[in-house]
Amino acid sequence: MPEQRTVTLNMGPQHPSTHGVLRVVVELDGERVVKATPVIGYLHTGIEKTMESKLYYQALVCTDRMDYLAPMSNNLGYCLAVEKLMDIEVPEKVQWARVCLAELTRIKSHLVWLGTHSIDLGAMSMLLYTFRDRESIIDVYEACGGQRMMTSYIRIGGLAHELPVDFDKKVRRAVKQVNEGLADYENLLTNNEIFINRTRNVAVISAEDAIAWSLSGPMLRGSGVKHDLRKANPYSGYENFDFEIAYGEKGDAYDRYLLRLKEIRQSLRIINQALDGMPEGPYRARVPGVVLPPKEDVLYKMESMIFHFKIITEGFKAPVGSVYQAIESPKGEFGFLITGDGSNRPRRVRVRPPSFINLASLPRLVEGGMFSDVVCAIGSIDIVLGEVDR
Amino acid sequence: MEEQVRGFIKDRFGEAVIREDDFRGEQSFYIKPEALIEICQAFLEDNELQVTFLSDITAVDWLGHERENEGRFELIYNLYSLTHAHRFFLKVRLPSEAPRIASLCDLWPGANWMEREVYDLFGVEFVGHPDLTKILTPDDLEGHPLRKDFSLTYEQPQFSWNKDEPPEVIR
Repeated sequence: MPEQRTVTLNMGPQHPSTHGVLRVVVELDGERVVKATPVIGYLHTGIEKTMESKLYYQALVCTDRMDYLAPMSNNLGYCLAVEKLMDIEVPEKVQWARVCLAELTRIKSHLVWLGTHSIDLGAMSMLLYTFRDRESIIDVYEACGGQRMMTSYIRIGGLAHELPVDFDKKVRRAVKQVNEGLADYENLLTNNEIFINRTRNVAVISAEDAIAWSLSGPMLRGSGVKHDLRKANPYSGYENFDFEIAYGEKGDAYDRYLLRLKEIRQSLRIINQALDGMPEGPYRARVPGVVLPPKEDVLYKMESMIFHFKIITEGFKAPVGSVYQAIESPKGEFGFLITGDGSNRPRRVRVRPPSFINLASLPRLVEGGMFSDVVCAIGSIDIVLGEVDR
Repeated sequence: MEEQVRGFIKDRFGEAVIREDDFRGEQSFYIKPEALIEICQAFLEDNELQVTFLSDITAVDWLGHERENEGRFELIYNLYSLTHAHRFFLKVRLPSEAPRIASLCDLWPGANWMEREVYDLFGVEFVGHPDLTKILTPDDLEGHPLRKDFSLTYEQPQFSWNKDEPPEVIR
């Protein structure tokens, strides 16, 4: 028998630190990782194919189920893409409400990341604190869409219905809660020696490499690239808000932790501005035949009733052509490429999944490092397998 | 920036550009498949345009549509310039029979998984890819699910172990 120098170890798919059903085949030389191969696809449900077989309205519900930690961001990306395809302008109030909800989603997603990432690294109590604060954001979701996770509240041309009466109060309560929570997290982690030892100089990627690997979101900004789609190509009225892009320097896991905390702070700033300046107006654009008429009208006006019936049963026909709309989701550049072919169903719905493309760089992050750092690297990429596999 | 990109590609690769399209204000160029690598390399290395970010690679299957006569598969390369915040698309048409194109993995390592996904779901072969294997679907699944002739109505997808049995159709 030949002498064997390396050991091949299977990690996952049912391993708590892989955040779902990710499998990594790791080749080890002692404690060093020689080669790491991520194996994905365990959660592949063909969401893109499903969306291509639905009407444009029906396909919306599939978007919640991809990145289930940030449903409102997914809704927003899809709706903006369809609105671009159909050339619809939405009222100003809708834009502001969407920004407010998208930023709440960013905080919610980062809180789950913070809790699970620290539990991976041994800080057990963090999860309890972050989930406590996340609950206040889920309350807002529940008031808006009636559901705690799969809200589908942002719809094509506007929102599902009017913002709830106590929206302002509920969001302000969430902002206050998260703001207080941030102090706790920083006390527990930022100067914690164990946490710093586990994350400093781990999973480092340089700015040039991050660009070459097509990374986006905190993975890209953590390496010092000042790129944020909210500033670079503003959508949904982000140009009206005053905020800064958070970015790191060294591109290691600790930088990305600091960066996400900074992002939560900036999101709180944006939410406060959105609440203070929320304009009055309709909650949905009026585009007969494409956007559903308000429910109040459907019950009393015949034309609205007819349009409602037609849109629900046969949908609307989109022109032939492809549009691409990217948003800055909590994980990175989340884009929808939608191709219309003149019928009432999309020819192609392509999701540009930030988790999937960021995860592709995992071998680059861990090879040559210690085995125990693989867990830290997976955590700091911030993946959601529902979106990786789709 | 639109002008600059147009000038750049028309000056240097005028013959390879079939047509330009700006549907909904998004700049895209239909190019000949054999010129893809050269054009991408020229964009990547140009210091003025700084098109360094490959955002996405995907495909569209035009089977049964009037646009199919230009080539059944449309590959869409989504390029982005971080310095100029400008996005544009390179589109390539490939035939129905044995679609194949050169891989971009040498220029962008990030293209690896994107190309594997297109290979898995559409069956487009990327020549020169270091590890062109399935990525999302199970190893024993035959066919490419995002092709339009891959039916959605079968309850049981046809794996190698049940491909001879008649599939059960959802009513």
